[in-house]
Amino acid sequence: MTDCYDVLIIGAGVVGCAVARELSRNRLRIGVLEKELDVACGNSSRNSGVLHGGFTYKKGSLKARCCVEGNREFDAVAEELGVPFRRSGKLIVGFNDKDRASLERFKAVGEGNGVVGLEMVDRKRLNELDASAGGEFAMHSPSSGILDPMVYTIALAENARRNGVDFFFDRAVTAITRRDGLYELATPAGTFTTRWVVNAAGMNCARVSSMLGIDGYMIRGFKGEYIILDKKAGAFLNMPVYPAPNEKGGFATHATPTVHGNVLIGPDSYVTEDFDDFSVTRKQMDGLVADGLKMFAQVKREYFIRNFAGIRPKLVDPATGEILDFVCEARAEAPNTINLVGIESPGLTSALPLARRVVALMAAKEKLVPNPDFDPRRKAQLRFSEQDLEGKKKLIQKDPDYGEVICRCESVTKAEIIKAIHNPLGVCTVSAIKNRTRATMGRCQGGYCETRITKLIEEETGCKVTDVLFNRKDSEMFTGRVRE
Amino acid sequence: MEKKDVIIVGGGPAGLAAAAALQAQGITDILILEREKELGGILRQCIHDGFGLTRFRESLSGPEYAQRFINLADEKKIPYITEATVIDLRSDRRVTATTRQGILEFQAEAVVLTMGCRERTRGAVGIPGKRPAGIWTAGVAQSYINLHNIMVGREVVILGSGDIGMIMARRLTLEGSRVKAVFEIQPYPSGLPRNIQQCLEDYGIPLYLSHTVTDIKGDSRLEGVTVAEVDTNLKAIPGTEKDWACDTLILSVGLIPENELSLAAGVVLDSRTRGPVVDENYQTSVPGLFAAGNVLQVHDLVDFVSLEAEKLAAAVARFVGGTALPDCRIELVGDATVLNTIPQRISGTSDFTLSLRVACPFRNCEIRIAQNGKLVKAVKLAKAIPAEMIQIPIKGSSLAPAGKLEVTVL
Repeated sequence: MTDCYDVLIIGAGVVGCAVARELSRNRLRIGVLEKELDVACGNSSRNSGVLHGGFTYKKGSLKARCCVEGNREFDAVAEELGVPFRRSGKLIVGFNDKDRASLERFKAVGEGNGVVGLEMVDRKRLNELDASAGGEFAMHSPSSGILDPMVYTIALAENARRNGVDFFFDRAVTAITRRDGLYELATPAGTFTTRWVVNAAGMNCARVSSMLGIDGYMIRGFKGEYIILDKKAGAFLNMPVYPAPNEKGGFATHATPTVHGNVLIGPDSYVTEDFDDFSVTRKQMDGLVADGLKMFAQVKREYFIRNFAGIRPKLVDPATGEILDFVCEARAEAPNTINLVGIESPGLTSALPLARRVVALMAAKEKLVPNPDFDPRRKAQLRFSEQDLEGKKKLIQKDPDYGEVICRCESVTKAEIIKAIHNPLGVCTVSAIKNRTRATMGRCQGGYCETRITKLIEEETGCKVTDVLFNRKDSEMFTGRVRE
Repeated sequence: MEKKDVIIVGGGPAGLAAAAALQAQGITDILILEREKELGGILRQCIHDGFGLTRFRESLSGPEYAQRFINLADEKKIPYITEATVIDLRSDRRVTATTRQGILEFQAEAVVLTMGCRERTRGAVGIPGKRPAGIWTAGVAQSYINLHNIMVGREVVILGSGDIGMIMARRLTLEGSRVKAVFEIQPYPSGLPRNIQQCLEDYGIPLYLSHTVTDIKGDSRLEGVTVAEVDTNLKAIPGTEKDWACDTLILSVGLIPENELSLAAGVVLDSRTRGPVVDENYQTSVPGLFAAGNVLQVHDLVDFVSLEAEKLAAAVARFVGGTALPDCRIELVGDATVLNTIPQRISGTSDFTLSLRVACPFRNCEIRIAQNGKLVKAVKLAKAIPAEMIQIPIKGSSLAPAGKLEVTVL
């Protein structure tokens, strides 16, 4: 069959996009099938945006190894792919003897995992590092950082696209059949044929694994809600502030500055059966405020700008309920497949290390030929708001659209919106523009700019007003014209 | 860097009124910076009538009301630049704006802040549920319908009884949508009585007080909301939840003065009005920076916005003319019965107008203003509601030169 892919990746989250990008270093025909209309619609965009150090994962585990590896290389990765990133460091704070014991324990775990620079600090030193942090003492992890998880995923995908990977959106894989040594992936928009399949389906990894013929994985959804605070609160917080972990290394609600200057309060944690239920609830919101205040004094109602939720897909032992390590495997019963199961936190930090392991598993089975045209670089999107006055003047001179502010809160200009509308992945929902430019992410939540953005989508793509989508399939923004 | 006597940030009703009044005072080196393509501010999308009853003694639509001031600005050749977004303001009155033609930089003698307000959002009030398409603040829906000829939905629920929400209830009904109900969390409406009558009752749209949205449903487009009754602490009462199918949820849950530029310049804000703390001359905590209109306090009627800006102009003219404005050291404080007051500081020597809102509805009440335990002024009112701004002129001659001015409602 001429239309046959060498590799199809299921899922365009951060891991799927990282796999696509790493595979594109080789001469392969690669496609990514995504059920949503953009990359990073699941947990890749629904997390704290933290580059983890790697001190809560069992020594030798894939989580520990990938996390430490991903952490070490990220300055170079961020630079290469144009990802907003700051190695902010992180504080894990304690209040009592039990907390101190926990921090001491995880400091030792971290050191065993190869995390550098971990140190216990007293309140005096805490004040120097971040005066707004709660707690009596803390463990400081200088290698931890903060990044824009949406832009990171978009950057991986755009770089993969640049290197020849095809992205298909609105393609939920409904069945996988093995025929004549090839896989046929059925989607509502037709069947795709491929030699290799990579399962990077995130929340749906166990289902896709079963489609591949690998049964027995049990995923439990640990949902967590967040409150996003105004940049005015962000001015107080230098680095993420976490409470001392519980015995299993899990964290309760923390306060995390985003790389763009907001603050995230969350996540809490509760089990959900519905893996597509990203709703937020009154009860959890109230809990976030109470718990968040222990970490960060500025959790004030006047700073609330939005809520969201994520669901961590944890692989559990069906018998004991114990949370298990990442799975990255090539199993004999499903030839030419690579199965990624239970990729939750620290999945963002581990995405590229995991991707390299996927490539290695494939290379163990067949010889991969390097792609001589591979370009590892992706240029960061230029942001008007981040330029100095001279830079701003030059931009407007070059393109007057930079002189027209569309999003007032985040100072996003028309030039940036238009660029985002014509993004390399060809996705064009209101949320897609938001994730690429930050327009509508500010304190007015689109009150000023949303009408302008939808108008630009109409003008630039030539679509009908009724075709403008908010984020998902069937999420039409408008019902028509008031008058034809 | 170009010099100007007065830069006015925002060409809405407050900015336009301030400009015209300044011109009338002989200040001609003025420039209005407006981010939209046209002057007029939010009035451009308020195509309903009822504007101008106080200021012009006739009922105008929003665009008509704005046009009166735009015409005046044109007649008097008041300079303005549209599509100019101010991106920075400093305490030394340097103003930076961006336009398609380039960056503009000004050094002003005085800056008038008339940026208006923004709407409170879902995130700010923390409405639980999913995040489908079909949820808008009332002003955004109004902009889509009235300025962009775009219909936002067919089956509508409105949360909040703010004036724009009620006006949108009528507007959507007139355009063929079914507005099922308006829900208000407070036990009293937040909008004006005339809007309850003309926008809801006249169209048979029910208003449920002490109710709020507790859940939002729909993965793609909105499918419905759950509404519950609330207790006196505004907490949902379990067991009272009822589902309302709808494809559109309009939020009219309050307005917040837009003071990001004021903050950049170091202006101190009042936590109650969320606008600048000002004295009787509408001068903020930063000398030479003045504020009026909705950026200062959210008004109920545009007429009062214009009148406030006109009063401000007199003080700005004096400031630019080199006359020192009096020191304003006397604090104005309201007790729990008072939502907020403008000004927050006075000189004790000049006449001024006290604007205030009550914290909850009162009947047959008296507003008492006292200083050093002595009654300065008392005003009897048959009715006082939070939706309506109350204005009370105070004579400078009735004040002592020192001592807090205390306001209460009895």
